[in-house]
Amino acid sequence: MDTKEITDTPPPTPQPTQAEQKRAARGATRPGDRIFLGLSRGSGILLLVIMAAIAGFLTYRASIAISKDDANFFTAFEWNTGVVPPRFGIAVLVFGTIVSSIVAMVIAVPIAVAIALFLTHYAPRKLSGPIAYVIDLLAAVPSIVYGLWGALVLVPNMNGLYGWLDDYLGWTGIFSWQGGAPRSMLTVGILLAIMILPIITNVSREVFRQVPQMHEEAALALGATRWEVIRMAVIPFGRSGVISASMLGLGRALGETMAVATVLSPTFDIQASLLDPGGGTFAQNIASKFSEAGDIGRDALIASGLVLFVITLLVNGGARAIIARRKEYSGANA
Amino acid sequence: MKLQRKNRRALALGAIAVSGALALTACGSDDTSNGGGATGGATAAAGNIKCDDAKGQLLADGSSAQKNAIDAWVKQFTQACGVQINYKGSGSGAGITAFTNGQVAFAGSDSALKPEEVTASKKVCTGGQAIDLPMVGGPIAVGFNVSGVDKLTLDSATLAKIFDSKITNWNDPAIAKLNPGVKLPSLKIQPFHRSDESGTTDNFTKYLIATAKKDFPYEGGKAWQAKGGQSASGSSGVAQQVKETNGAIGYFELSYAKDGIKPISLDTGAAAPVEATVDNATKAIGEAQVVGTGKDLALKLNYNTTADGAYPMVLVTYEIACDKGNKADTLAATKAFLRYVASEDGQKILAENDYAPIPADIIAKVRTTIEGLS
Repeated sequence: MDTKEITDTPPPTPQPTQAEQKRAARGATRPGDRIFLGLSRGSGILLLVIMAAIAGFLTYRASIAISKDDANFFTAFEWNTGVVPPRFGIAVLVFGTIVSSIVAMVIAVPIAVAIALFLTHYAPRKLSGPIAYVIDLLAAVPSIVYGLWGALVLVPNMNGLYGWLDDYLGWTGIFSWQGGAPRSMLTVGILLAIMILPIITNVSREVFRQVPQMHEEAALALGATRWEVIRMAVIPFGRSGVISASMLGLGRALGETMAVATVLSPTFDIQASLLDPGGGTFAQNIASKFSEAGDIGRDALIASGLVLFVITLLVNGGARAIIARRKEYSGANA
Repeated sequence: MKLQRKNRRALALGAIAVSGALALTACGSDDTSNGGGATGGATAAAGNIKCDDAKGQLLADGSSAQKNAIDAWVKQFTQACGVQINYKGSGSGAGITAFTNGQVAFAGSDSALKPEEVTASKKVCTGGQAIDLPMVGGPIAVGFNVSGVDKLTLDSATLAKIFDSKITNWNDPAIAKLNPGVKLPSLKIQPFHRSDESGTTDNFTKYLIATAKKDFPYEGGKAWQAKGGQSASGSSGVAQQVKETNGAIGYFELSYAKDGIKPISLDTGAAAPVEATVDNATKAIGEAQVVGTGKDLALKLNYNTTADGAYPMVLVTYEIACDKGNKADTLAATKAFLRYVASEDGQKILAENDYAPIPADIIAKVRTTIEGLS
């Protein structure tokens, strides 16, 4: 909150005690401080250099491919790099990446917040510990394992849900179902939601635990019920933390590769309905096309990777802007 | 004290996780050598392999379609000659790139070299160039899953319309006409194609384009181009989806047409519909012409054949090596291995693995060419 305390030298006191001398040393420019300053500044610069190098490499290779592209790179609904001249475009991939991530966020964020609130404010302590462990373990499961589970368990069991959605919400167009195998954006979104749930839950739980006891006690003293305490004290305090937790999850959902490649039935056209198979995401497309792609094919995939890189940067930048605006609440992060 | 108990609980959880992981990996490391499918007869044949002075280690890369065949050959060859051969099977494109970069002794490819690839190969083949040697044939099966239907005959025009989403129901008159006496249900057709780029797609669409250009107006290539349909990754992925989905139809290598997936018979205009079998594929490859110049043995398949019992929906995969200027330290081993692969024993193993042997007159040319490699 107040960074001055750490960086500035404290005002000199006439008769410093030993403890005060130590505290003063923290701000002074002793060798250790200078080394640490150099190390941390160096790391910061190194990070920027690496990012710039990645961007440079992607841009260079992408420009090779795009200059040869016979179709419009941003609007074409096809990916055919083996023919002369090559024709490829990312319209389907942008749509699929964003839609699957939105579905995942819509499902995961409310559930994650609910779990975090339950663990911090409702569950008995004996229960909340083990549940937190299990959630930690879930976060460590590799994505291909989720993919296999999705393909072998989730997909074959989705027919009931799909039929129900089609019966009651089919009129919206978004939830109409032609009876294809349920390997669609909705299934991908559900799988992604399960995958990003642990990370959002864990960070949110940490944030909710940081809510000052005083805030809650004050609310209770004013006669608030437990729900009102959560609504008026806990959630406003934790909001920016929950947003950054969600962004961590969103980042994972945008870039998820193997699970999507295993579960989705990728095609190069856009389905208006979430329930019809088809579509694709950037990462899935790169994974499934890379091995058989020729030189131009690889450069084209790298060009699509550059777009994903830019989208991710924009999303993260946007999230930081939102958090910065809510800084006054943040005790736990930002 | 309390902290210690917490630690112990964490430790116990960790132990469960670790032992669980160990149990899982133990399952995963099962010996997969039976996948090669080499039988007793083939093992006996190992005695006939001529090793010459083959030694050292061979690196190779390329088509995943012929990976199982290569595995079976390598098993025999390594037993006889002690040469380690490491074939990666990461795809035709990757294999040719690795070859033109000089990283592998030979490459496998589902399609013959393009002119620019031949040009690129001159860098690594001192004084020579890369050539195609047809070694493995394979029927592409079209499998279907329609409840109540056991046998199905289709011709190329109908196939093209189905895979281009122009015929969308199984009780379509065009299908009924080809299958008199078969009760076709009113069921939506769900055509499955490959989502990854694939030599199988390339060869399947080549067949449709050659025989039904009007109904399949696409350029062809490794990436799927026709409209609609669903997709899955790899031949195994497509086969899996066909098996799970009622009303599905999809194409894959013959070896994946098992466990209840029924392949269609192809109406080629011959006296009777032709089934997808190894023998019928060899018969169709026999109609092919060698179109490669010099030592190159690239084949042009006759997709429009109407010969009885010839199944023209096939793919031929090549081994690619230098005609001159192979690396001195791998030349002997490469020649010995290719010689074995093209030999009668080598070709015999193919049929045991659902691949089609190359017909006699073509493989004879391959053998002569191999002897001339330098």
